[in-house]
Amino acid sequence: MINELAVISGKGGTGKSSITAAFATISENRVVLADCDVDAANLHIIMEPEIEFTEVYISGEKAKIDHQICKNCGVCQDYCRFDAITFTEGKYSIDEISCDGCKLCERVCPVKAISMEKSDKSRMHSGNFRNGKMVYGRLEPGEENSGKLVAMVRNRCREIAGQEQIDTILIDSPPGIGCAVISSISGVNYVLIVTEPSMSALSDLERTLQLLEGFSLEKGVAINKHDLSPELTERIIDFCNSKGVGIVGKIPFNPEVVEAMINSKSIVEWNPLSNVSKEIVKIWENITK
Amino acid sequence: MFKIAVASGKGGTGKTFVSTNLYQTFIEYGINAVLTDCDAEEPNAASFFKTELIESKQVTQKVPQIDSSKCLFCGKCQDWCAYNAILIIKERGLSRVMEELCHGCGACSVACENGAITEKEMLLGEVINFSDNSGCKIVEGRLKVGVYTPVPVLKRAINSTYADLAIFDSPPGTSCPFIHTVNASDYVILVTEPTPFGLNDLKLSVEILQKMGRPFSVIINRAGLGNRVVHDYLKRENIELIMEIPFDKEIASAYSKGKLAVSGRPLLAAKFSSLARKLTDKIGGIAL
Repeated sequence: MINELAVISGKGGTGKSSITAAFATISENRVVLADCDVDAANLHIIMEPEIEFTEVYISGEKAKIDHQICKNCGVCQDYCRFDAITFTEGKYSIDEISCDGCKLCERVCPVKAISMEKSDKSRMHSGNFRNGKMVYGRLEPGEENSGKLVAMVRNRCREIAGQEQIDTILIDSPPGIGCAVISSISGVNYVLIVTEPSMSALSDLERTLQLLEGFSLEKGVAINKHDLSPELTERIIDFCNSKGVGIVGKIPFNPEVVEAMINSKSIVEWNPLSNVSKEIVKIWENITK
Repeated sequence: MFKIAVASGKGGTGKTFVSTNLYQTFIEYGINAVLTDCDAEEPNAASFFKTELIESKQVTQKVPQIDSSKCLFCGKCQDWCAYNAILIIKERGLSRVMEELCHGCGACSVACENGAITEKEMLLGEVINFSDNSGCKIVEGRLKVGVYTPVPVLKRAINSTYADLAIFDSPPGTSCPFIHTVNASDYVILVTEPTPFGLNDLKLSVEILQKMGRPFSVIINRAGLGNRVVHDYLKRENIELIMEIPFDKEIASAYSKGKLAVSGRPLLAAKFSSLARKLTDKIGGIAL
């Protein structure tokens, strides 16, 4: 059976990717690693994968008006609910940022002046890294449907895991609580929530746990940089206790984590004896036993 | 109104730290300014101020409902739906709307020839106004947990912002929520950290802003913690480094408790004053 483990956080910058990288290099067995933060993928910087395959991901479509055909009737603008059709300098045009790709303007245009163009600049890469296989998505900046690209990354991971007989898939999730996060955790076996001792992180953790209530998933919380605020760490522990969510570990603040990243290593590779490495190993053993 | 977005590709670089402290600096100068929290998935800015909730407005979206007594199960609405949010199975007399997939474009209502589709409002989140006696005004977009996209909520928050100067605390990333926020802004400050992750995400953000033609500059937060890759990149690309904030455990600790770091720290306050001056020089029309 394939085990899928997702590392999420709500708040950005709490240390998801550094912890995922450490997990990926602790395991004696090979893993399939998925970077699902398709907006701002970073794990490849530490893992330096050799890319074997690159696939095009169609994130959606945008409408385009052919001004040779357009009769300036304005019907498209009346129907568009995304305020994506503007009328300036005597002609109608599509505002690409606002266009949602619903195709309604194309369908209602009486003279067929509107067509849809595919957004095909996003990519999905897969290949080898030093402890297994890695898949990561690269959403073209500004494009939509990151949740669908996440689903595509995860499908590819399952395929590879099957072919290569690897039984662990590690998922580095995006921040937030929107579609990409939902897509990165649905159906996984375990969710590790990485938080840090701050009011902002606590408020984000509350919303993350609310989101997880909709899923029946096994989960635990790790408090990263816990010694930066013992007071907030206590509050987070109390909050988790009140919600019945277990604390699986408390990781100290240590600038060595940044040093490791600069050297394209995970913290457990860079210094297996550091207090951070020891705690991460403990967490890994805890959640995989 | 002049609008400044504080953004970053990478999460957790200090967007909210910069926007709340910069905002506090502007209101201490007596500027009529508003802070708009556009990170509707995880809004946090308001918690740094002692403001009270003034009003909250619901943000909704239209979703279709199908009257099965009028539906002929022709499937046209399903064909017209670009989001796979409608399922029609004629043999089973089944017509179903998956509301969480619906974007509210209205195509299905136009498609239906039998008058079987009407629309109702679905809650996406809220836009909340906070303020206090000292002239502090905060607008917060707050997504309902479980809703797929924050874009309609953050757009409404932006459209509910009125002042001489607005600071937008942007959502992280480089996809649609970020784009909608910077698209509504006149000037963008990118906050990054001096690490390879910070640099990678900074480059992505810079690429978009250059494509959009938005003027911007960069703040390096937690300087001293990483290496010089971001500094070298900025120099090479001729990008303005408008401020550097050194890493300081004490600042991190104050921030973690929900306190404004400029209060009671003259050195940091002077840095933010200098940032505010540089920004007003760029804007024109607003004097400190």
